[in-house]
Amino acid sequence: MFQLNVRGLSCQRAENILFSGISFALEGGAWLHVKGRNGAGKSTLLRTLAGLVRPASGVVTFSGRLGPAVRRVLCGHQAAVKRELSAEENLRVGIPGDSPASAAQVQAALTKVGLGKAASVPARYLSEGQKRRLVLARLLLQCADLWLLDEPVNGLDSDGVELLGLFLREHLANGGAAVVTSHQPLPVAVGKSLAL
Amino acid sequence: MSIFSLTLRRDLLLVIREPAQGMAVLAFFVMAASLFPIGVGPESALLRRIAPGIIWVAALLAVLLGLPRLFEADFLDGTLEQMVVGPVSLGLLVLGKIVAHWLSTGVPIVLLSPLLAIQFSLDRDSLLVMVGSLLPGTLLLSLIGAIGSALTLGLRNSGVLVTVLVLPLYVPVLVFGAGALEADLAGMDAAAHLYLLVALLALALFFAPWVTAAALRIALE
Amino acid sequence: MNRWLHFASPQRFYPLAGRLMPWLVVSAALLALAGLAIGLLIAPSDAQQGEGYRIIFVHVPASWMSMFIYLVMAFWAGVGLVLNTRLSSMMAQALAPTGAMFALLSLLTGALWGKPMWGAWWVWDARLTSELILLFLYLGFIALYSSIEDPSRADRASAVLALVGAVNVPIIYFSVKWWSTLHQGASVSLTRSPSMAVTMLWGMGIMVLAFWAYAIAVALARVRCIILEREARAEWVKYAVE
Repeated sequence: MFQLNVRGLSCQRAENILFSGISFALEGGAWLHVKGRNGAGKSTLLRTLAGLVRPASGVVTFSGRLGPAVRRVLCGHQAAVKRELSAEENLRVGIPGDSPASAAQVQAALTKVGLGKAASVPARYLSEGQKRRLVLARLLLQCADLWLLDEPVNGLDSDGVELLGLFLREHLANGGAAVVTSHQPLPVAVGKSLAL
Repeated sequence: MSIFSLTLRRDLLLVIREPAQGMAVLAFFVMAASLFPIGVGPESALLRRIAPGIIWVAALLAVLLGLPRLFEADFLDGTLEQMVVGPVSLGLLVLGKIVAHWLSTGVPIVLLSPLLAIQFSLDRDSLLVMVGSLLPGTLLLSLIGAIGSALTLGLRNSGVLVTVLVLPLYVPVLVFGAGALEADLAGMDAAAHLYLLVALLALALFFAPWVTAAALRIALE
Repeated sequence: MNRWLHFASPQRFYPLAGRLMPWLVVSAALLALAGLAIGLLIAPSDAQQGEGYRIIFVHVPASWMSMFIYLVMAFWAGVGLVLNTRLSSMMAQALAPTGAMFALLSLLTGALWGKPMWGAWWVWDARLTSELILLFLYLGFIALYSSIEDPSRADRASAVLALVGAVNVPIIYFSVKWWSTLHQGASVSLTRSPSMAVTMLWGMGIMVLAFWAYAIAVALARVRCIILEREARAEWVKYAVE
């Protein structure tokens, strides 16, 4: 069980202050729905939590520590799918990680997201929606404690959205946490919410 | 398996899937060097004298031309961001990428260089020195180039900019690399040049991946 | 220590720089006049080189300054990178054009001196060549800085470049020296000192001080502009400009 603590966080892009004085706490099993108009800094907040952006002020601690004590995963606007590799290869070697998934795990994840038959298709032939499903499969394999999902619903059909909800519920039940930006309601029990 | 070898295998797999880009760099290397005899005339004594400089400058420019491939594709499709967020040592990952880049750009250049040696009528002993200087030299060029490539990532004029940043830093590599071949052609011992080249390589192997990793973090912020 | 940190904020530094500048400008002008008077009028003419050598009173200090400013620039850039102090990065940015100017000045005066000495405007002499590469390093720094729109990224990316450059300066210098001895190029070195007279040393020392004062004055003026540009939205800038 871990805890994410954010105190007095503010972020700046060039000379513009995007948001300031954001504070919240999130423990394992809970999720935070980040809402706000376009350009309010939702993506920047997620990238700050992921450790990509340095905050202008404030601190982010994970279970009381500053460093990457917990495994985080960020799903951004880009699918991070290599066109040259097949769906299966994308999950296995697409992003070098510290614990590569086995072939069986990859096949199981692909079947779960409905890409079981497309495992050996080069990713350039996958549709946008299929790529988003591939991202969901990767989310499952990365076994992270904290999911940072930036508009995960984009590009998914209604089945896909249900699938995302299912995964999210499982993740929370296993003691994981999530910070999600989305303009649409998600098929998950209402969590905390933060308006930027 | 370590993150270094995982990254190395991944990048080599990507190169094998789309070999056309790597081929273009090699073609550039041979073509650029072949232009000089056409420009200065076919006199073999003159060509032999300027061969070290030409082969080395051509190799240097070819590596420079291949630099955008190092991070750009991963940057554009978002995989680079995932690598930076991931729980792995970014320095080792970067080293894996650089070595993969060297294996797919630098080493083929070295393998092709004997062809140019024949064009410039170098003898067999000099050929050995040429390969011996190009092999560590091209890795050194890739290591230094990676820093510039990371610093200019995603900028509008990154192609020209990386050249302006990196070329002055390439001067010592050119001096020792071409110098080794030149010393050999002049009948002197090339060992001192090669040792210095390898010393620089050791220094760059130690520092360049971490500097590049820092530059990538800055570029992605 | 705290006193120095006090001035690390752009808001406090701006007026301080403004107060210092006139003094520096005046002392630069006076020192340059004195140095040139000694160098051009008082110092004896050289036995071998006649009057042509007198350009060293500009050339040598300019070369020193160009190298020294690069290190100072890298130092401030590094401080800005590590401590995240905006003013340090602005300082580095302000120093770059001055350093590049001195490198260019050194090359031009070197060429002017080379013409009577070697009979050619440009000789691939070790010192001239490394000076040329130093100029390239400055140009790279300026080019990178001005290509990045986000000031925070620009500060940090160019700081990395400046530090890498600073580590490379001695390597480049050594390699170029090695290269020129291998090729047995120019036999007359630019700074070969045929037992310099004391007045010559005085002239050169004063010229160095003049360049120092000039460099600091120009850098401060530039830092003030950068501060205004970057802090344009801050409340205090409105009062400062009025």
